[in-house]
Amino acid sequence: MPASTPASATDRLPLKRARRGRGRDIVRAARRSPLAAAGAGVVIVYALLAVAAPILAPHAPVTQFLEHRLDPPSRAFPLGLDQLGRDILSRILYGARLSLIIGLVVVVLGGVVGTAVGITAGFVGGRLDNVMMRITDVFFAFPSLILAMAIAAALGPSLTNTMVAIAIVTWPVYARLSRAQTLVLRRLEFVEAARAMGLTDVRIIVRHVLPNALSPLIVQASFNMGEAILIAAGLSFIGFGAQPPTPEWGVMVSEGRDYITTQWWVPTIPALAILLAVTGFNLLGDGLRDLMDPRMRRR
Amino acid sequence: MGLVLLGVSVLTFFIAHVVPADPVLVALGEHARDDQIEAYRKAYGLDRPVPIQFVTYLGRLARGDLGVSIRTRRPVADDLGEFMPATVELGGAAWLVALLLGIPAGILSAVYKDRIFDHLSRLGALAGASLPVFWLGLVLLGIFYYRLQWFPGPGRFDIVLSPPQVRSGLLVVDAALARDGAALRNALGHLALPALTLGLFSTAVIARMTRSAMLEVLYQDYVRTARAKGLQERRVIVLHALKNAMIPTMTIIGISFGSLLSGAVLTETIFAWPGLGRYATASAVSLDFPAVMGVTLVVALLYTVVNLLVDLIYARLDPRVRYG
Repeated sequence: MPASTPASATDRLPLKRARRGRGRDIVRAARRSPLAAAGAGVVIVYALLAVAAPILAPHAPVTQFLEHRLDPPSRAFPLGLDQLGRDILSRILYGARLSLIIGLVVVVLGGVVGTAVGITAGFVGGRLDNVMMRITDVFFAFPSLILAMAIAAALGPSLTNTMVAIAIVTWPVYARLSRAQTLVLRRLEFVEAARAMGLTDVRIIVRHVLPNALSPLIVQASFNMGEAILIAAGLSFIGFGAQPPTPEWGVMVSEGRDYITTQWWVPTIPALAILLAVTGFNLLGDGLRDLMDPRMRRR
Repeated sequence: MGLVLLGVSVLTFFIAHVVPADPVLVALGEHARDDQIEAYRKAYGLDRPVPIQFVTYLGRLARGDLGVSIRTRRPVADDLGEFMPATVELGGAAWLVALLLGIPAGILSAVYKDRIFDHLSRLGALAGASLPVFWLGLVLLGIFYYRLQWFPGPGRFDIVLSPPQVRSGLLVVDAALARDGAALRNALGHLALPALTLGLFSTAVIARMTRSAMLEVLYQDYVRTARAKGLQERRVIVLHALKNAMIPTMTIIGISFGSLLSGAVLTETIFAWPGLGRYATASAVSLDFPAVMGVTLVVALLYTVVNLLVDLIYARLDPRVRYG
């Protein structure tokens, strides 16, 4: 259909208005929750740095400048050099890439599995619900890092296994959250209506239940990103995660631990990177939760 | 709870047995002869079918037998008995730090909402929840032990001193019971930095929860009524608001015990604290699965029991749970 026809012109008008409306919504949301805006800002900058690491990093993460080893931050090496003469800035940037990947893989793996289990349990109910929820209870009985360590040790220390281990530890949270949402949603009229129209269960779940259950899951995903980055760094620190010379932040703190009093920047800069990234995701999660909770809006 | 514990033992067994890593090769080295490997498998029951291994494992578990550690060659239960008190002492001290700092910070933050204290406390709580605990431990050690020498270094006790007679296994308690001032000071000094390191994350979480629970309560009608009756503000906050705000906070305090146990793995590694966390790490590195399974199981048991206790306290605090 040619673009000049009246029909398409009238079609486009509300769309434009809606887009402008969404822009205004974002500004309003940012004003209502400056902390969320700050969190979103940190997360966006962090993601950009991670994606652009190969362009931005002045050196390869493993290139050694042995004559400059343990040099403090300078113009040539803005964040200094580590004990093997590697540029800390470059390693931090490549490390951002790794931790972003870890966070995303964990959230996607844990989120998809957990949500699938939770929605199915809540929607089907009965014995299946009971069995699935008892299984999540078992996972909740373990402190997260200890279970992740046992799994990572069993699978063998590597970055991939770390991600699998952390995802195994985190999926039950999504299962509980999405089940609780589903239990409420499945009684509402629009789900009944969909059922009356003869839609299959799978279709009802995917098209009607899931989209309406998403908000608390998104909030959880934001917190989970931060948590995954922290656990992964912790596992690497004790030797079960990424292995040297991988520029992973936990590995960097671990390798630089002996220099904390003499060349403080070696272990401290990667630790601050962890702190900043995790804070960003926690702020964003807090802010999103406040924005989605009508009771918090009044305060 | 029984069901959860059975599930916990199934899961730990599953992790230890459906693994690509071979604990036998780790124990004997890559150059072990076939007959040595065979003898080893037989000695530890690793040659039998997995379901039979599981049944044997459960039967032993019921008798409190956690098997023999491949690394230390001692019964795992004995090892755990030896390392448990150190973790209980550290975890208890860290929990105390978290409660004593977190709850007051949360209350004051809610009472002085949007004032400078609130902003600082929220910022602190946010940083505390996002800080890598292993780096914090390194920094505290670096500053207060290496540089300033205000606190003794890693470990639980100075070897030059003679430790107090073992009664509870908790050095601080034993030293106090023995009225040994020097030992008590030394034990407390060793405990301070790791307890602070480990407690910070929970402090942050508890402060955040207390603040939001207090804010929820401070706007309720019964608080307004209490104020209208002319009660002192302090009485209103402590007797009327705090008591109710503690109900959701209790749940977080229970859950925070889990993060303390997780954090103990890292904290004990940094401070060379001879507890379960360090034992778990050392065992996991050498693929000592009886030991890893033992620690995981005991820690899960501990965590489950603590959360059960929290539920009971919850019922005491909240009449709606008791009579509901």
